[in-house]
Amino acid sequence: MRNKGKVMNSKSFNLAGKQGGFFHLPNDNMVKTIGVALVLCLVCSVIVSTAATVLKPRQVANKQLDMKRNILSVAGIIDDSKTVDELFEQVETRVVDLQTGEYTEAVDAQSYDQLKASKEPAFRVELSPEEDLANIRARAKYASVYLVKSGNDLEKVIIPVKGYGLWSTLFGFLALEGDAKTVSGITFYDHKETPGLGGEVDNKKWQASWQGKQLFDQQGAAVLELVKGKVDSSSSEAQYQIDGLAGATLTSKGVSNLIQFWVGDNGFGPYLNKLSGDRRKSALNSEPVTGNRG
Amino acid sequence: MASEARKALFEPLISNNPIALQILGICSALAVTTQLSVALIMCLALTSVTAFSSLSISLIRNHIPSSIRIIVQMTIIASLVIVVDQILKAYSYDTSKKLAVFVGLIITNCIVMGRAEAYAMKNPPWQSFLDGIGNGLGYSVILIIVATVRELFGSGSLLGFQILTPISEGGWYQPNGLMLLAPSAFIIIGLTIWVIRALNPEQVEDPDFEMQQAHNSNAHGATIATTSKGAF
Repeated sequence: MRNKGKVMNSKSFNLAGKQGGFFHLPNDNMVKTIGVALVLCLVCSVIVSTAATVLKPRQVANKQLDMKRNILSVAGIIDDSKTVDELFEQVETRVVDLQTGEYTEAVDAQSYDQLKASKEPAFRVELSPEEDLANIRARAKYASVYLVKSGNDLEKVIIPVKGYGLWSTLFGFLALEGDAKTVSGITFYDHKETPGLGGEVDNKKWQASWQGKQLFDQQGAAVLELVKGKVDSSSSEAQYQIDGLAGATLTSKGVSNLIQFWVGDNGFGPYLNKLSGDRRKSALNSEPVTGNRG
Repeated sequence: MASEARKALFEPLISNNPIALQILGICSALAVTTQLSVALIMCLALTSVTAFSSLSISLIRNHIPSSIRIIVQMTIIASLVIVVDQILKAYSYDTSKKLAVFVGLIITNCIVMGRAEAYAMKNPPWQSFLDGIGNGLGYSVILIIVATVRELFGSGSLLGFQILTPISEGGWYQPNGLMLLAPSAFIIIGLTIWVIRALNPEQVEDPDFEMQQAHNSNAHGATIATTSKGAF
């Protein structure tokens, strides 16, 4: 009863006088307690969901812009004088059937959302534990690839990669040279690894060290990996190795795994084979093929 | 009333600073102060959340059952934080990526709830609103000091502009790596508190315990000496 007097006497903003009934109940009354809780939850949830719905289009646009910027930067064609959308016109978006390695028209390349598709039964391909190097459980049937061409020559292929690190799934893009086996760049656009340790996957210097590395060995197996400490540049293996991240063994392991998965047989392997095979065919006329990979 | 409002707005800046005097909200002050630009956005986010949570809690303060008042406060604060997070994602995507989880952690920032419980539950809405802004600004003052020192000496830049060119880029400055780690924020906050209290001796708390010399007939005199030494 103690609170009732307070309510009635309060000179400030006061609902009690106007509405009566419920608001006249003492504050410690059970009905009022539950009522206040319900009303509060209702009001708060309306506010939160309104904000989420109203701002959704802008957030999606931001996310897409960010993704495009990441693709451009990993391809090395970022240019401050032009807008992202202008620059992105030179990038061709295609969709690949991962199993066959062929381009597919089954879905619209512009609107295809690979991450969403990997959750839909119709597009989802489960991975067995042996196959699942990147620890992602399932992948989408089709995957987006981004091609940068000059004339008819394929200059760069950018493939999306993702895989589990220490705390979180890392999402990124791997750019390959036109030969589909030499790394041209890497970037991660979303991860929640420890800043300063695993978070160093964002370090530009480290990312630059990926350039020119080879994904496959002579037998065509995906071997590129992060090693502990620094790469010994005199070693013959150096072209397949990248400096590990200091103090982040599990993130480094995760990055190695996700790269090997996505360029391997269950990832873009068949597609990349086709690309380098095509190149080999066109080169056949002029020079004998050396360096064989399956 | 006007003086009450002014007091609510300006007192938390120095003389009743939430970080320096009330020692609230230290955690985020360590986490988001390696770059000044990130710290500024965090200040803005926290100030608006504190102001509007104090306002809304004060509006309904006479109808909040005391048995669930903490939950009511938390619900209001959490909703506001989600709204702020959504707005950042829509209008300042890069910063929201940098702040990542820390925006969500405003919910657990002691300043917001501290002001709701200590001030907004007992004072009218307008004053509570100003008190929220004042405390947000008090938090901002310290964050800006800490972030300025950390970014300047840790990376040699301010707001991303290079001021001291580091050796790695051909300059003369050897960046102080400690400044990029959380402990440096503790040290800077400690030094700031020292300066504030040296200027405002009335902020110095009475010692929790007094050093006394055993078997000393002049123990009382020694106590006074220790206490007064503590004040300066």
